[in-house]
Amino acid sequence: MTLLSVRDLSVAIHGRPVLNRVSFDLAPGEVFGLVGESGSGKSMTALALMGLLPHGAEVGGQATLAGTGLIGLPERRMCGLRGREIGLIFQEPMTALNPMKTIGDQVAETLLIHGAASRGEALRVARQRLDRVGLAGERFPLERFPHELSGGQRQRVCIAMAIALRPKLLIADEPTTALDVTTQAQILDLLRGLVAEEGMGLMLITHDLAVVAGLATHVAVMQAGRIVEAGPTETVFRTRADAYTRALFAAAHHVPRRTPRIGSAPMLTVDRALRRYPLARRPFAPPRFFDAVKAVSLRLNKGESLGLVGESGSGKSTLARAVLGLDPLQGGAIRLFGEHPVGPRMPDTLRAGLQAVFQDPYGSFNPRWRVARLVAEPFHLLPAPPADAAERVSAALTDVGLRPEDGERFIHEFSGGQRQRIAIARALITRPEVIVLDEAVSALDVRVRAQILDLLCDLQDRHGLSYLFISHDLSVVRAITDRVLVMQAGEIVEEGPTDRVLDAPEHPYTRDLVAATPKIPPGWMEDDDAA
Amino acid sequence: MPRYLLSRLGSLVLSLVVASVVIFVVVQVIPGDPATFMMGLNATPDTVEALRHSLGLTGPLPLRYLHWVGGMLTGDLGTSYTYRVPVAGLVLQRLQVSLPLTVYAMALSSLLAFPAGMLAAARRGRGADLAVMGATQLGIAVPNFWFAMLLVIVFALRLHWLPAGGFPGWGGGLWPGLRGLTLPAVALALPQAAILTRVMRSALIETLSQDFIRTARAKGLSQGQAVRRHGLRNALIPVLTILGLQFSFLLAGAIIIENVFYLPGLGRLIFQGITQRDLIVVQSVVMLLVAAVIVVNFAVELAYVLVDPRLRR
Repeated sequence: MTLLSVRDLSVAIHGRPVLNRVSFDLAPGEVFGLVGESGSGKSMTALALMGLLPHGAEVGGQATLAGTGLIGLPERRMCGLRGREIGLIFQEPMTALNPMKTIGDQVAETLLIHGAASRGEALRVARQRLDRVGLAGERFPLERFPHELSGGQRQRVCIAMAIALRPKLLIADEPTTALDVTTQAQILDLLRGLVAEEGMGLMLITHDLAVVAGLATHVAVMQAGRIVEAGPTETVFRTRADAYTRALFAAAHHVPRRTPRIGSAPMLTVDRALRRYPLARRPFAPPRFFDAVKAVSLRLNKGESLGLVGESGSGKSTLARAVLGLDPLQGGAIRLFGEHPVGPRMPDTLRAGLQAVFQDPYGSFNPRWRVARLVAEPFHLLPAPPADAAERVSAALTDVGLRPEDGERFIHEFSGGQRQRIAIARALITRPEVIVLDEAVSALDVRVRAQILDLLCDLQDRHGLSYLFISHDLSVVRAITDRVLVMQAGEIVEEGPTDRVLDAPEHPYTRDLVAATPKIPPGWMEDDDAA
Repeated sequence: MPRYLLSRLGSLVLSLVVASVVIFVVVQVIPGDPATFMMGLNATPDTVEALRHSLGLTGPLPLRYLHWVGGMLTGDLGTSYTYRVPVAGLVLQRLQVSLPLTVYAMALSSLLAFPAGMLAAARRGRGADLAVMGATQLGIAVPNFWFAMLLVIVFALRLHWLPAGGFPGWGGGLWPGLRGLTLPAVALALPQAAILTRVMRSALIETLSQDFIRTARAKGLSQGQAVRRHGLRNALIPVLTILGLQFSFLLAGAIIIENVFYLPGLGRLIFQGITQRDLIVVQSVVMLLVAAVIVVNFAVELAYVLVDPRLRR
């Protein structure tokens, strides 16, 4: 029996095609995974099914949900289906809830808007649904506001809202992408349980192949608005008939070729660093503090890549800011090149030897400056701009795989991956020896990410750079680092060679992290392993 | 909630004290001798001395300050030098015009701005939005006194629907009073409505692009339901802020319109006080207006609590 049947679904927005004859089927109790890179049309497919496409969209083809045609359905009837027959969960749990309404009201609204229950009854069902998604009544009363919950808890509220009326079809659009791995594992577990219990069909949209591998019964790979390959999950993973699928899967497992030449000279030493924030004072009470980084020590040698992993709130980025000399320490010391103290008042010439690349390839540039000026900005750290400044900008752009002419263009003319290349060029311009990479590849698609990782390894080889590589993504850390530190609640709980720590973790927290990371079953990707 | 309220109340009292000190210093200390200033250059020392006594300008400054503040707290604002009557009565009389006029104008402007702003936001980029935005542009650009004269020509001189100016007072009942204030209120309301419409529109558009509106739509709410149930409340905070600012501005800032319509309002009182160097009137009325601004801001902050349930915690 088919629950959802999509045939030749095509969408054009203002005449520009974004979906091209997409077809698939979904049965009750099944999980259908839709994978692809950003812009491939995954989310558009979901919005087209929900009738929530932006203005100027033209839809063609057919989609039937339990016998009802969805395409071209009048808005009034579509409103009756949304929330009742189709539930939808989005990527951003932090902003998906109305900040001014309680979670109870927001879950109950699904029932009230469809006239399915009285207010009292709706609140009772809301309570029951929140219990089901793991927000028990004693800790999470209905009167809680969204800002009082964490990201994972908010995503649970969104799920409770989506399943309040037991819809036949649940569409989850990157439901765990913004969450930590341990939270992600819990949410995926919850979704798996709901599908089994309620006999719902789940359409899971994600860019993460490992997530699909663990959950979906069958998958479709999307590229540029069309499905290039589809079938049972294991078959698709094993055969990879389409060239794009092969490229995508290879990129997800890409390990850059590295020939580390690690010297013994200490480039960066952190000795019992303490970052302490004062908390709001109560009258007549002693001052209270929060230690974001507690007596952390580490050492980064010449030519080495050191990984720092941990979940959000573990203190990774706080430590990164301290290492970059942006914030003062409340205890301990950080030294560059074995002797120079690092801190907010360190001399500019020292800063020139220590540069950074951050996560957001969109927000970290002034949009009104040309690329050449953006890349040349760190020259102000030097006592005088070098005589060959223009040549060095050209050389840095060539170094990161761009052309010198690109310096004349503005940042909005570049893709996310190219912007990250520009950020790396900017970090290289003062010829630093240490680069801090804070989630530098986390926002990139897998194929772009593979290219940037290659670039980073190549630059390290040629310039003898030392990297402090901060990430929540264990697979990336495994691919690019020699040693790894695991951080939890402001402390380093485990440290050692990357392969040893990730293959045979000793600390319980590291074990949890490794276990929670979704994996493609061994054997599915055999010819890759051989290569 | 109690903590929020207490901190707001504390800042209210503090602002009042600071404002009163500043006004006192500007009016009584910086000019040197207010009595000499008021009498002009040709006064004899005797008359200046007499005035100084009658105004209570003798004695040490801190004592005079406390005397002034104490008087205000008990309703005694001093005696006007030019009118020879208690300032309190004078202000009360003028407030009977200015306060209803402000409320009237605010009500008109809100009635216009809320639907217009919502319409423009809902039809963003389409005909209705362009029309509303064009109208607000005009409303901001056209000087309100010119518009007031236009109103007089059309509705008073041609159609004879409403009086061209003057204020009959409230003695004859509500209707004649309202009639007298209608044209000035419309003239005051239009530019305010234009600003408010724009704020309402941009606040709503900002809110409508939020993820939780998409969530609401996914639950089965229609676009209109999503706007009313989830958009409005979130968009209301910036609108309230502007409303508060407009209220305090209109209370004393209506002077040009008061002149066009010959209305005995607060704006004209303070203007006359300044031209006639009646420092007692200026000092008290300015303090009163400052107090009004501060109290209105406090009221706006209380309104935030009504709109945003998170502040009640």
